Amino acid sequence: MKPSLMRTNLLDSGKVLILLSLFISLSMVSCNSANKKDKGDSDTAEEFVSATDEDAQEKFQTVKRIFYSLPSPIETAKILQSAGATYNEDLLNPTSNHTKYITNLSMALNLGIYSTDMSYASLFDQTQVTLNYIDVAKKLADGLNIMNVIDESTMQRLEDNINNRDIIIDIISQTLLNSSSYLQEQGLESTATIILVGGWVEGLYIATQLAEKQSIESNMIVERIVDQKFSIDFIINLLNEAQEDPNAMAILEDIKVLKLTFDKIEITQGENTAVTDPETKVTTLKSDSSHNLTQSIFDELVAKVQDLRNSYIS
Amino acid sequence: MRKGLLFIAIAGLLIALPGSLQAQCKQFAKKVCKVGLKPYQHDGNYHAALLIEGEEAELYKTFYSNTDYRIGVCGAGNLNDVEFRIMDNNNKVLYNNKYENYEWKWDFKLESSQQLKIVVKVPSPENNMEEPKEGCVAIMFGFKDE
Repeated sequence: MKPSLMRTNLLDSGKVLILLSLFISLSMVSCNSANKKDKGDSDTAEEFVSATDEDAQEKFQTVKRIFYSLPSPIETAKILQSAGATYNEDLLNPTSNHTKYITNLSMALNLGIYSTDMSYASLFDQTQVTLNYIDVAKKLADGLNIMNVIDESTMQRLEDNINNRDIIIDIISQTLLNSSSYLQEQGLESTATIILVGGWVEGLYIATQLAEKQSIESNMIVERIVDQKFSIDFIINLLNEAQEDPNAMAILEDIKVLKLTFDKIEITQGENTAVTDPETKVTTLKSDSSHNLTQSIFDELVAKVQDLRNSYIS
Repeated sequence: MRKGLLFIAIAGLLIALPGSLQAQCKQFAKKVCKVGLKPYQHDGNYHAALLIEGEEAELYKTFYSNTDYRIGVCGAGNLNDVEFRIMDNNNKVLYNNKYENYEWKWDFKLESSQQLKIVVKVPSPENNMEEPKEGCVAIMFGFKDE
C-alpha cells in the first residue's frame, strides 16, 4: 500500500473512531441523564426516610409508569356484537378508499378504521369481506412501514382456516399485537395511539348509526356508547403524551370537541362489592350505575361522531 | 485497526442492547402471557415494559358489563413474583394477588361498566444488597361472552 493512501485510510479510520467516540459519548451522556434521574429518584427515596408518608407517596408517584389501555378494534367489535348489534356492510369504510390515504395521519387513522371494520365483519362470519379488509389493512400497515404485521405464514394460516371464525379472530388479534408492539419498539407510540383512536371512532360510528333509529331507553348499544365516556379521557391523556407529534395534536383537538358532548353525560357509579364464586373462581364486581343521557345529547353525539368519522375516511 | 473494529463491535452491541431487550419482552408477552389467556380471546393490545425491582406501574382500562374478563400479569423468569392489585375509581382494592399466592391471572365480570386501575409492582427481596434486577412485565387482557 502506498504510504499516502495508507495515511488517508488511517485518517478515515481515525475520523470514524472519533465520530463513533463522540456518538457513544453522547449516548452515554443521555444514558447518564436517565441514570442520574434514577439516582436522583433513589436519593429522593433515601431523603424520604425522614419525611412524611404523604411527601414520600407524592415523590414515588412521580416516577410511576402510567399506561392507558384503549379498547382494541377487536374488543370494540365484540362489545358491539354482545350488545345486540346487527351487521350492516353499508356502515363500513369502503376498501376502495384505501388509495386515498397517502399521508401518515390518514394511513394510521384508516388502519384503525379498517381494523375495526374487519373485526366487525369477522364476528358476523363475513369471510370474504374480512379478507378484503385484511388486505387493505396490510397495505396501509406497509405504507406506515410496520414490518411483518401479516407475514406469509399468517396468510397461509388464514387461507387454511377461512371458515373458522375463532382462528380468524385469533389472527386479527395477533396482527394487532404485532403492529402495536412493533410501533412501541420503534418509539412510535403516537402512531399506535392514532391507529387505536381511528378504530375507536369507527366503533363509535357503527354503534351510533345502528342505534340512531332506535329508542335510547333500555338499549344496550346506547349503554355501550355511554360507556365510551370512560375511554375518552384515556384518549386525551395518551394524545397529550405525544406533544411533539403534530398529527396527534390535530386528533387531540377533534377528540376534545367530542368530549364536550360526552361531558354532558353524568354517570353515577355505586360502590363495588367483589364476590368470588368458590367453584369457578370467577369474581363478580357487584355495583349499580346510572346516567342522565337525553335524546338531545344523544342526537348531538350521533351528529358529531358522523362528522368526525366522515372527515377521517374522506 | 483490529482495536478499531473491536471498538465498533462493542459500540454496536451497546447501541443494540436496549432494542434487543424490548424485542425479547415482545416475544415473552406473545409466547408466554398471551397463550395463558386461553380460553379467553386476547384483545390484541400490547402492554409490556422493562421494570426494575421495586418499581411500580399503573394501567387504566374500561371494562364492560356482560363480558367475562381475564387479566394476566406475567413477569419474566429472572424476576421474583410480580404483585398486582385491581382498584376501582374510588381506590378501593378489589383484588390483590399477594393474598392469592401471587397468582398471575384474575378472572372477573362486572355488573356495571367502569374504569379500573391495575397497579403492578415488582417487589424487592428483603435485605437485598445486590443490584436490583430488571425484567419484562406484560399485562394482557382476554375476554369472552358470559
